[in-house]
Amino acid sequence: MTLLSVEALSKEFGGVHAVEDLSFAIHPGTIHSIIGPNGAGKTTLFNLITGIYTPTSGRIRLDDKDIAGRRPCELAALGMSRTFQNLQVFFNMTAVENVMVGHHLHLDRGLLASLLRLPAMVKRDRACRAHAVELLEFVGLSRYVNADAASMPYGALKRLEIARALAAKPRLLLLDEPAAGLNATESREIDEVIKKVAASGVTVVLVEHDMKMVMGISDHILVLNYGRKLAEGTPAEVRANPEVVAAYLGGQG
Amino acid sequence: MWKSPRTGGLGLLAILLAAAPLTFPNAYFYDVGVNALFNAVLCVGLNLLIGYGGQISLGHAGFFALGAYGTAILTGRYALPPVAAMLVAAGGVGLLAFVVGRPILKLKGHYLAMATLGIGIIIHIVLKTESWLTGGPDGIGVDPFHLAGLAVAGDQAWYWLAAGLLLLAVWLSLNLVDSPVGRALRAVHGSEVGAEVVGVDTARSKVLVFVVSAVFASLVGSLFAHKNAFITPDIGSFFRSIELVTMVVLGGMASTFGAVIGAVILTLLPQFLAAFEDYEAMVLGAIMMGTMIFMPKGLLPSLRLLLSKRRAA
Repeated sequence: MTLLSVEALSKEFGGVHAVEDLSFAIHPGTIHSIIGPNGAGKTTLFNLITGIYTPTSGRIRLDDKDIAGRRPCELAALGMSRTFQNLQVFFNMTAVENVMVGHHLHLDRGLLASLLRLPAMVKRDRACRAHAVELLEFVGLSRYVNADAASMPYGALKRLEIARALAAKPRLLLLDEPAAGLNATESREIDEVIKKVAASGVTVVLVEHDMKMVMGISDHILVLNYGRKLAEGTPAEVRANPEVVAAYLGGQG
Repeated sequence: MWKSPRTGGLGLLAILLAAAPLTFPNAYFYDVGVNALFNAVLCVGLNLLIGYGGQISLGHAGFFALGAYGTAILTGRYALPPVAAMLVAAGGVGLLAFVVGRPILKLKGHYLAMATLGIGIIIHIVLKTESWLTGGPDGIGVDPFHLAGLAVAGDQAWYWLAAGLLLLAVWLSLNLVDSPVGRALRAVHGSEVGAEVVGVDTARSKVLVFVVSAVFASLVGSLFAHKNAFITPDIGSFFRSIELVTMVVLGGMASTFGAVIGAVILTLLPQFLAAFEDYEAMVLGAIMMGTMIFMPKGLLPSLRLLLSKRRAA
């Protein structure tokens, strides 16, 4: 049983193969890491899976449904959500409002109900706010609930994005470098959050440079180099792979 | 608890609207007041698009003019009751905004500004040249307004109607901003891709607010036509569109009350500057430049920031 499968996926940017003939599968309930040197195509792969880029060729399936080229908002409705390496927080809103937007798909989105502030909408909105506050507590941001996102520190914003993604109730959560730019303590806190998310039954796919974190929490690791698959397997298998070591240390593979 | 400006702000606005006529020495003040309120309603709608949605329209006077001409033609030529004409015109303008909004709201920044500018200019030209329908550059007369059999005549009656409409518009706007639809809209402003990945259909959000703001403009246009009894194509000119955007920016983007304040100030200002005659346009320009340089967020948000800083200190 696979949740997400990628078959012969390629993406070209004007002759440059950012991702080339890539195939792999992600099983539900696991933490799956994608690693590789800078420029290996990790973020491009994320953008392909989440519908921000359209593949040049190849297939991406979610539950056997071909999703290549679908818009991100459609994929969100199918149970996929993500965070970004360079933050995509709504800086014009408060922390709790950011998370409430994450809840968007599960709310009454009628224009009339919103304009007239119908009681049913107000009731659901209040529940949505309560749920958003819970999610902020879950990622350890309870002290920032009503803070403007623009006034929050970087490490908190990273976690805010995770809370927002979780509010969409995804089955598959993609995290693009959640620990980038964080100090050791913050990194460990993110680590805990990811483990908790996985334990709650959400399948997690992770792009990350922090090897200590990747080796510690991953069930499965995919190694990319120059847009192609270099290796795949459990953390122990990947660590023992001479090609992976060569790609990272720059030796002769 | 989070603060909501809904209750306090709306109440204060109602009191101000009720008290303002006490300072009016003659009918002319009512006339200026009605214009200020009409602009305020228009700007509350435009602020949803510009301030909250982060989009721009340099053609909004076009939608205003279409509402005005729609009503003038439907009541004059086809003898529709004013309220029905107003709603039909608003429906037509909404449909037009939907049809043109879908392709042009894919554009961003300067390109979107250019495209909306184009729409405004096309509407202006059509109103000017299709004289068999619109009366051409000479304009067209409009029948008086009546509501449920009661004629609305005289500046005082118009003032109370416009004040009621403004309260309604502000209420709707405050509701929308603090609702799922409004949050999605503000999220589009904050980060389009961030909004998309949690399920916000950003294209739909943008078109929706474009349509809503165009309908606001059309409704005000219809009332404006009835009140003035005579309209010319220049009510839909490019300069009028710019004036509306300036009101929103001056008062404060992403602030419903800011939009009201900006509209009132820029409608009243020429009255005070009339004494300077030749320098009127210059003073107006200087005020706009000063705002952009010293208060880029606009009057109300800047004041609020100042107050919260002082409170914190």
